[in-house]
Amino acid sequence: MSTAHTDAAAASHDSGHSHAAHDDHGSHGPKFLAHHFDTPVQQFDTAKLGMWLFLAQELLFFAGLFVAYGIYRSWYPDDFSWASHQLDRFMGGANTIVLLFSSLTAALAVRSAQLGTRKQTSVLLLVTIVCAFGFLVIKFFEYQHKFHAGLLPGNLFNPDIHHLSASTQGLPIPAHGGSFFGIYFMMTGVHGLHVIIGIGVIFWIWLRNQRGEFTSEYWTPVDLVALYWHLVDLIWIYLFPLLYLID
Amino acid sequence: MANEAQVATLAPIDAAHATTDRDFIQESAGIRNWLITLDHKRIGLMYLIAIIASFIAGGIFALLIRIELLSQGQTIMSADAYNRVFTLHGAIMVFLFIIPSVPAALGNFLLPIVLGAKDVAFPRLNLLSFYVYVLGAILALASMVIGSVDTGWTFYTPYSSSSDVGSQNAVIWMTGAVFVLGFSSILTGVNFIATIHKMRAPGQHWKRLPLFVWATYATSVIQVLATPVLAITLLLLIMERGFGLGIFDPRLGGDPVLFQHFFWFYSHPAVYIMILPGMGVVSEIIATFSRREIFGYMFVAMSSVALALVGFLVWGHHMFTSGQSEYATMVFSALTFLVAIPSGVKVLNWVATLYQGQIVLASPMLYGLAFIVLFSIGGLTGLFLGTLSVDIHLHDTYFVVAHFHYVMVGGTVFAFFGGLHYWWPKMTGKLYDETLAKVAFWVFFVGFNWTFLSQFILGSRGMPRRYYDYLPQFEDLHRFSSIGAFIIGVGILLMLVVFIRSLVGGAKAPPNPWGSAGFEWQTSSPPPLENFSRTPVMTRGPYDYHLATEAELYSGFPEDFQKSRNP
Amino acid sequence: MDHIPDIFGQLPKAASTLAPQVDWLFQFIFWISVVMFALIVGTMLLFVFKYRAKPGEKPRAPGGKHLALELFWTFSPLLLLAALFHWGFKSYVFAAVAPANSLEVRVRAKKWNWEFEYPSGTREGGLLVVPVNQPVKLIMSSEDVLHSFYVPEFRVKRDVVPGMYSTLWFEATDVGEYQVFCTEYCGTSHSGMLAKVRVVTEDEYRTFLRDQDRPPPGKSKAQWGEALFASNGCTACHQLQVGGAPGVGPNLRGIIGTQQPLEGGGSVLADLAYVRESILRPQAKIVRGYANVQMSAFVLPDARIEAIYAYLETLH
Repeated sequence: MSTAHTDAAAASHDSGHSHAAHDDHGSHGPKFLAHHFDTPVQQFDTAKLGMWLFLAQELLFFAGLFVAYGIYRSWYPDDFSWASHQLDRFMGGANTIVLLFSSLTAALAVRSAQLGTRKQTSVLLLVTIVCAFGFLVIKFFEYQHKFHAGLLPGNLFNPDIHHLSASTQGLPIPAHGGSFFGIYFMMTGVHGLHVIIGIGVIFWIWLRNQRGEFTSEYWTPVDLVALYWHLVDLIWIYLFPLLYLID
Repeated sequence: MANEAQVATLAPIDAAHATTDRDFIQESAGIRNWLITLDHKRIGLMYLIAIIASFIAGGIFALLIRIELLSQGQTIMSADAYNRVFTLHGAIMVFLFIIPSVPAALGNFLLPIVLGAKDVAFPRLNLLSFYVYVLGAILALASMVIGSVDTGWTFYTPYSSSSDVGSQNAVIWMTGAVFVLGFSSILTGVNFIATIHKMRAPGQHWKRLPLFVWATYATSVIQVLATPVLAITLLLLIMERGFGLGIFDPRLGGDPVLFQHFFWFYSHPAVYIMILPGMGVVSEIIATFSRREIFGYMFVAMSSVALALVGFLVWGHHMFTSGQSEYATMVFSALTFLVAIPSGVKVLNWVATLYQGQIVLASPMLYGLAFIVLFSIGGLTGLFLGTLSVDIHLHDTYFVVAHFHYVMVGGTVFAFFGGLHYWWPKMTGKLYDETLAKVAFWVFFVGFNWTFLSQFILGSRGMPRRYYDYLPQFEDLHRFSSIGAFIIGVGILLMLVVFIRSLVGGAKAPPNPWGSAGFEWQTSSPPPLENFSRTPVMTRGPYDYHLATEAELYSGFPEDFQKSRNP
Repeated sequence: MDHIPDIFGQLPKAASTLAPQVDWLFQFIFWISVVMFALIVGTMLLFVFKYRAKPGEKPRAPGGKHLALELFWTFSPLLLLAALFHWGFKSYVFAAVAPANSLEVRVRAKKWNWEFEYPSGTREGGLLVVPVNQPVKLIMSSEDVLHSFYVPEFRVKRDVVPGMYSTLWFEATDVGEYQVFCTEYCGTSHSGMLAKVRVVTEDEYRTFLRDQDRPPPGKSKAQWGEALFASNGCTACHQLQVGGAPGVGPNLRGIIGTQQPLEGGGSVLADLAYVRESILRPQAKIVRGYANVQMSAFVLPDARIEAIYAYLETLH
């Protein structure tokens, strides 16, 4: 085929292969390179694209809840304002700081992995996990208060006036407070689930780092888990003002 | 890079290797090795088995529906039983069969091969999505065992959050099943997009992608972006049912119409998850059996992408009578008409491909041509439903039932079976009885039109859907339609006979039995573990019959099997 | 060309002012579709017939591009589609905006029956009587799940959604009886959730309204009362057999003319005034022992209350 030469040359640019064709049954590059990839760069790019696609999916997953929030807040603005006052801004703010800090340590863990400083990577990953646990503990106390005060979703909404925020004392209990707490528990619950999954995955990455799987050549999994963790953080950044800081 | 030209050849080399290399079926035999396999071809075949099992289950429910509707009043079952049967028919066919049918079974098998890759981007994720699918199927089965759902496959609130027919928990199990199946679909989509972007062999640039790949790409985008919305919607429904969350419950200040918006925001794009891969299959079949490039390749490819994008903007046309605002209705109607354009472009380009082709009416081609006929009917009847005032009359009648069966069965299922016939020799390495396959096709084709053409008239005369019983004036047409359902059943049975006979005693398939220029035919049948014995370099497009060598296309039409080089 | 004959009998009788508009559009799309289908499939069959592969033929050079043709069939359908959208929207707007002089009827849907309430306050289950050539506006609500009100002969349909009112209007053009279907799936008896629309002349309609306050021909006042007692669903809560156990509400046999003890002390004479009050405002005076029962108010005209009273009087 006369066109073969030029086409193949053009193609090797197009699809990002650094070498166009060779017999793959022989030597296949470094240990971490999976059999179906040609080069480490291709493997890294693929993994990263896959993670970004997964994160896009995550955004759409939360999008349904944000839409529901928007609709019911515009229908019942006063009820939402009342219900928002029942949330503890101090605890929510503390959780925001904890999560932001954990995002920082996750990002530093990636840098440390790239530099190949294994011990430091492990420490940073552990700090991230500790922060995640801290977040859950604070969240637990918040939930406990909501249960105690009857600030629950839908037909379980039955506030106990002795446990309500001082700022709403004397105001009538709104009819649609249950809608707010339905959305509140769904949003923070699904987000909390993501935090728990994150703890599990970061722990797994920590184990692999301890086993010495990552080097300055190969740190893709650390990078990916940090991407996931930033998304969990980012969603909280939106949840906090939407739920805690409305008036 | 001068030496590339020497290695940069396609098939004949691989065909020669076929006798020495072990194929992916012979490699590490044993059921255990299959269950933990990371090979996309084996995963594709496991999907295929699961999907055909689901199809048979859904088909049995369809026959039960048509038996019940043979005559007025109770024929074989109570109203509650009927409501469960049509719900299960819909839920199984949509979530367990059609959505994964072409992408997960055929797509998994073919995508890496036609890209010249050794596997999909994430083989372990691929196996995971298969097991997630199995888990979803088990949950669906569990919901049937503990009492079954009677909500319709759309799970509309507040019926689904309050129905007390049967078990209270069945709705939770079934929606849980669909939630889980959704993640199987999402993971497959992520995997395929990454594969198409990053795993292409040298020379396989975007303008050389087979149209099946373009269609799969568009499908995957929808799977990734639409399915999570269904997931969160069903999670809300489960919470509503379990804890009285109140998001969709008017008594608690919620809005049942919001559920419909959420549901169709997924389920309308999902229609394109179902039909786009079928269109991709038909493009491959028409090209191969006309021996020429698909007319207007770029327009066909881009129409897939256009359908995926516009498909996100038309969900409201399922809700013209629901009480959404008149302005929303107006916009959704206008956008709905826009969807007709890319669908029409595809059909016209397929027909134009036939012009001056070298047409062979092999069994896959019959399915391909049937797709054009049936999808045209499905598409044209869509014009009635997009037109606002006409839709008001036809909405939720048998006209809609007939319309979407023409698109989903006449379109996707015919394409799926066409693709199954087409790639069967590649997947199993076996040939099948071409004559009996054609008989099965004609029985299926006649039975299908028999069943569903009559339902258009039932619907436009005012017969509502999801009715257990009906008025006397509808009895003749219902009975007529029911007879057609049995003809379909016979056709499908014949087709199963064809495939089973092929597996048991079929002759060995040559690498390229249809004489196609497509890349998947340039390796042995079945392919070796890593698809090609060496990384291929694509030097021409998959439809460049004029550039393909004699050897690549060697005379391999079915009647010439004996003359082919293989034993 | 304002009427296209329905030669395949696809549509039911057209019996409203909306129907001819919808039918015209339906038939128009039908014939356009027939023509397009014939062109597509005819061309396809022609090519399949004409361009069969012959043995030994070499593959032809590709002819697979023709930009002008592609652009033509990509954009030319837009004209037709825009026309369809325009006509569909026009008749939709016609169907969406009820004329100001519409006769209003309240419709309540619940599993699995339709109830119609006239301006007079009378309610009828399963039968809607309307005058011919008069716009009628239905204001509909649901007590439980989604339903949908559909009369094929009028070409109207509208979902009835719990938690909101939905409206629909039509103007019947032919006297006769037409079928109402529920077209949104609502459970066990979805297919049995039927009703009738009876379109009558204006005179007959006036007679109908007047007769709502009198016993049907050949029935005594008490017999009418017995029928009303059943059709309003009173029997669901009120027992009537001799010495029967109390149901959800008090047993009503033999109470007329007796003193009934009240919740919170005192008693009341069960006479016409008390029966009337108990139907219209059930919570006003509650008989002892039934404080927890919430009977919903029934809006009935006096003639009907009197008939029910006459019926209760006959039960000793």
